[in-house]
Amino acid sequence: MKLPIFKWLKGRFLTIGVPYAWLLLFFALPFAIVLKISFSTAAIAIPPYEATFQYADDVLNIFLHLGNYFMLLDDPMYYTAYLSSLKMAVVSTLGCLIIGYPMAYAIARAPARLQTVLLLLVMLPSWTSFLIRVYAWMGLLSNTGIINNTLMWLGVISEPLQILNTNIAVYIGIIYAYLPFMILPLYATLVKFDMSLVEAASDLGSSRLNTFWKITFPLSKSGVIAGSMLVFIPAVGEFVIPELLGGPDSLMIGKVLWQEFFNNRDWPVASSLAIVMLALLIIPITLFHRYQARSLEKDL
Amino acid sequence: MKKLSFSSCMLWFGLIFLYAPMLILVIYSFNESKLVTVWGGFSPKWYGELFADQQILDAVWTSLRIAFYSSTMAVIIGTMAAFVMTRFKRSWAKLTLSNMITAPLVMPEVITGLSLLLLFVHMADLLGWPKERGMLTVWIAHSTFCAAYVAVVVSSRLRELDMSIEEAALDLGATPLKTFFLITVPMISPALVAGWLLSFSLSLDDLVIASFASGPGATTLPMVVFSSVRLGVSPKINALATLIILCVSLIAFLSWYMARRAEKRERMPLN
Repeated sequence: MKLPIFKWLKGRFLTIGVPYAWLLLFFALPFAIVLKISFSTAAIAIPPYEATFQYADDVLNIFLHLGNYFMLLDDPMYYTAYLSSLKMAVVSTLGCLIIGYPMAYAIARAPARLQTVLLLLVMLPSWTSFLIRVYAWMGLLSNTGIINNTLMWLGVISEPLQILNTNIAVYIGIIYAYLPFMILPLYATLVKFDMSLVEAASDLGSSRLNTFWKITFPLSKSGVIAGSMLVFIPAVGEFVIPELLGGPDSLMIGKVLWQEFFNNRDWPVASSLAIVMLALLIIPITLFHRYQARSLEKDL
Repeated sequence: MKKLSFSSCMLWFGLIFLYAPMLILVIYSFNESKLVTVWGGFSPKWYGELFADQQILDAVWTSLRIAFYSSTMAVIIGTMAAFVMTRFKRSWAKLTLSNMITAPLVMPEVITGLSLLLLFVHMADLLGWPKERGMLTVWIAHSTFCAAYVAVVVSSRLRELDMSIEEAALDLGATPLKTFFLITVPMISPALVAGWLLSFSLSLDDLVIASFASGPGATTLPMVVFSSVRLGVSPKINALATLIILCVSLIAFLSWYMARRAEKRERMPLN
C-alpha cells in the first residue's frame, strides 16, 4: 500500500532523524562517555584507564571510583585552578561590559546606514583567526615589544614592564578576543530601546547618570546577561589565551585539563575536571538559553 | 562641530583596540630584520621563506580540505535541524534537538574536544572504527560544531520566510521534498552560502577541537602555527598570520555580504 501519508511521514522522519542521530552520536553520547571515564582510575593500558563495567558469571560489576572527585577537592592545585578561572572570567566579563556597553550604545544611536558598517567592523575581527589575534598580542606585550618600546621612548618608564606571561596579559587577551560577543547582543537590545523614555526622564528632571541607571540599564538587562554569558562561559574553559599570554603561575582550568590529558595522560582526572567544569557552567548556560529564548520570542 | 559624546569616544577607542594589534602585525610582517620587534626596513622576504616551508604548505592543504568537507556536512545537518526547529510542531523531540544543536555554541572547546576524542577511542575499541584518528575524525568534530552556527543562521532566515509560497506548491500537488528543493532552497540559498562560508572559516581557525580529534596523519594549519608560536614570535609566522587574516576576512566579508543581500532582496517589495 502506498498512501501518500506514509511517504510524507517517512520524509518527516528522515528530516528529524538525520540531525537527531548525528547529534546523539557525536554530541550526547560523548558526554556520557566522559562521565563514565571520570569514575574510572588511570592504568597503564590502551586506552589508559580501567573498565567501569565487568560482566562475568552472570554478574555485572559496576565500579564507580569517586577517587578523582575527592582528589579534586584534596589537591589545592585543582581548586585554585577553578577559582582563578572563575576570577579571570568574571573580571574579563566586567572588562568587556565596561568597554562594550558604550560601544554598543553608540552603534545603536548611530544613523541606520552607519549602523551596519559599524557592526561589521566590530564583528569582522571575531571571524578572523582567533589564534592569530592572540598571537598578535604576544609581539605587542613582550619586554622588547612595541608597547614597552614606546613607553620607554616617551620616557614614562625606564625599565620594560613585564606584561607578557602575567595575568594582566591574559585579561587583555580575553577582553580583546571576546569583546565582539559582548557587543552583539547588547546592540540587539539597545537598538530596540525607546529613546522617548530617556527624554521623558530628563524632562522630569532626572540627571543623565540617574536616567541611565534607572531606565536604560534595566531595560537592556537581557542583552547584558546574554553578552556576559557569551563571554563568561568560554572564558572559564579558555586554553589558548592563558597558554600563549599567561605565565606558568596563571593556572586556568582549561590549561590544567589539557595538561592532564596530553602531558600526564591521566584520562580519568581530565574527564572529572571536565565534568566539574560543566557542572559549574550549568547555571550560566541555562541562564543564557532562557534569556536568548525570551528575546527570540519577543522578536517573533 | 558636535561635541563627541562619551559613548562615541568609547566606540572609536574600542575599534582602535580591536584593529591596532592586527594592523601592527601586518606591518611587521614586512620587516627586514630577523628580530620581530626591531624595524629593519621593508622587505617581503619572510613571505618567500614561508612558501618554501613544506610543512606549512602541507598543513594548509589539509586544513582547506577538512574545512571544505566539514562546512558542506555542517550545512546539510544544520539546515535539516533548522527546518525541524522552525517548521515542526513543538514537541519533546524538537526541543531536545534544538537544545543539542545550539549547545556547541557555548560549550567550552576543551570539553567538546575531550568528549569527542573519548568517543572515537571507544568506537575504535568496540567497533574497530575509526582505526586511527585523522582527517575523518576532525571532519566529524568540525561538522558537529559548525552545524550549530549553520542552524542559527538558516533558522533565522526560515522564520522570516513567507510560508504561503510553500503551501501553494504543496496545494498544487508538489511533494514535500520537491517543494523543499524547488521553493525553499532557492529562497534560503543566501543563508546557506553564508552558513557554509562561516563554517569554512570556523573550521580553518579551530585549534583546540582539532588537536583533540586529530591523529598523527592530519596536522592542520592552526596546530602548526600553535606549536611554533609556543616557542616565541617569529617573522615567518607574522607573514603567515598576515595571509590568514587577509583570507579569513575576505571569506567573512563575503558571508556577511551574502546574508545582507538576501535581507535586502526580501525587503525590497515592501518599500
